[in-house]
Amino acid sequence: MTAAAPAATGTPVTPAGPSLLTQAHWAFIDTLTITRRNLLVWMRVPAYIMFTVIQPVMFVLLFRYVFGGAIPVPGIKGGYVNFLLPGIIGQTAAFATFGTAIALAQELQKGVIDRLKSMPMARSAVLAGRLVADTARMFVTIVIVIGVGYAVGFRFENGAGLAVAMVVLATVFGLAICCIAAFTGLAIGDEESVQAFGLVWLFPLTFLSSAFVPIATMPGWLQAFANNQPVTFVIDAMRAMALGGPIEANLWKSIAWLAGIFIVFAPLAVRAYKRAA
Amino acid sequence: MTVVSSGPAILVEGLTKSFGEVRALRGIDLSVPRGTVLGVLGPNGAGKTTAVRILTTLLRPDGGRALVEGVDVVRQPAVVRRSIGLSGQSAAIQEELTGRENLEIVGRLYHLSWPKARSRAAELLEQFGLSDAANRPAKTFSGGMQRRLDLAASLVGQPKVLFLDEPTTGLDPRARLGMWEIIRSLVAGGTTLLLTTQYLDEADELADEIVVIDHGQVIAAGTAEELKGRIGGDVLEFTVPDRDRVADAAEAIARIGEGEPHVDKETGVINVGVGGRGSDALIEAVRGLDGAGVQTQGLALRRPSLDDVFMALTGHVAEEDGPPDERKRGRKPRGGDSKTARTAS
Repeated sequence: MTAAAPAATGTPVTPAGPSLLTQAHWAFIDTLTITRRNLLVWMRVPAYIMFTVIQPVMFVLLFRYVFGGAIPVPGIKGGYVNFLLPGIIGQTAAFATFGTAIALAQELQKGVIDRLKSMPMARSAVLAGRLVADTARMFVTIVIVIGVGYAVGFRFENGAGLAVAMVVLATVFGLAICCIAAFTGLAIGDEESVQAFGLVWLFPLTFLSSAFVPIATMPGWLQAFANNQPVTFVIDAMRAMALGGPIEANLWKSIAWLAGIFIVFAPLAVRAYKRAA
Repeated sequence: MTVVSSGPAILVEGLTKSFGEVRALRGIDLSVPRGTVLGVLGPNGAGKTTAVRILTTLLRPDGGRALVEGVDVVRQPAVVRRSIGLSGQSAAIQEELTGRENLEIVGRLYHLSWPKARSRAAELLEQFGLSDAANRPAKTFSGGMQRRLDLAASLVGQPKVLFLDEPTTGLDPRARLGMWEIIRSLVAGGTTLLLTTQYLDEADELADEIVVIDHGQVIAAGTAEELKGRIGGDVLEFTVPDRDRVADAAEAIARIGEGEPHVDKETGVINVGVGGRGSDALIEAVRGLDGAGVQTQGLALRRPSLDDVFMALTGHVAEEDGPPDERKRGRKPRGGDSKTARTAS
């Protein structure tokens, strides 16, 4: 039989063999559509709002008023609340990625990804839209945490420019963790398992860091880990940006780690998406 | 609607696919003329879903070829995607969003402008009887409404070829009938349809042609009538509570059936095909069993089931190889098949 493609007969589709520019255009539009959809879903579910807004605020208040008094932070201008805020922001950005993994696993289970993959839309848009929406969500959370922080005594001590730089670093850090989460969500593909797995690696990684307490207060063997893991580098760089102190060393280490995470996990996430069944 | 290539809407030749050790498809051939409905009938694990996934570009076959509207699904998947619609075994909708939002977003992903996406969504909601619920989150919909919404989503792009993978699995009998009605109206509009199902009556209701798949192979093909002819029409079935009398009962009804009665000595269930002689056969059976003095339970005439088709075609009961959760789902809506159960001895 002839392999001639049927002519588009008034069906709402793009013509055959679109140019690269057209493809890029539609990839962009499709990503926006998926982003919009994901943000709509997020706003409709009270539990998601709770998870992204109320939980970080509770963390701020809990650490500020319950644990804060017991945690001395020598050499930090403004005391524990200033020490805490960059840590909470880093932890919040990392934990926001639970949503990424869970949402992708759900979409896989429900067949939503099959549906989208069988449509003539840009295949990259599902992952890209997920990352854009989740980064936007994360950004909102960071801003809220900073607002609450200001209400309970936190102050940026190092100028507006570096304050913005801190927010940017936190967001890029969150995006990197998002790539890992997207990969695990698609590779594991089962909502409960994804959630359990997220706890197993995200909790130790964020709590065994400089996020909440000075590492010097930990036992020696734990210090060895905490001092050399990426979350500490990122949070120390953020802290220096917010409060002052040497930034460069930790910033370069952070950039190297984050670049490494993107290089490894972005392709893995894409591959898991392509294979997802 | 102009048609460029004149071949079948779906053409499958020698399609094979394995998942590790499991040979899901062992060389399947199909040909579906435009505007017709092919029912793919088989138990869980037979390979139905694998075939649909290959035809909808979600999975690459190991061998053979598959063309949709004349376009190779492996070589030009992006072109194929423009002419197909897929509705799978579960409702692939975003439950948190309203029915309308779900369809509008799909419209946008088909690159309709916002006004067009809106009007297409409204049109489909109307067509599928979902207008009243359009602005409610889809999670408040009944199972049947969710499947209807899912089907509507697969039609947003006005596909020429529609794939429905077990569209009524898990639905109650009433929702099932509603779904059939909608599918019939689609087909009347000229859409080519490939439908997989575990239920003979569903294939019978909807399909022009039926292929029966077992263990990744086509074991029979034909119209519903032809397949039924091979089973012998209606099936008479009853249980003999006293297991010692099972053989006597089988003998008593041996003459009224077409072919040998099928006897399960463990459960005491006996069934036999009785062709088109439904009620006559029922009366004869009652007389025969009464004459032999055998007590029976639940003597009834029913329409042939997938199991009967398999029994007739393969000599074994349809094996359910699917994962356990799928099995459970698959069993649900079978209840409504019995025609009569009035007679008892």
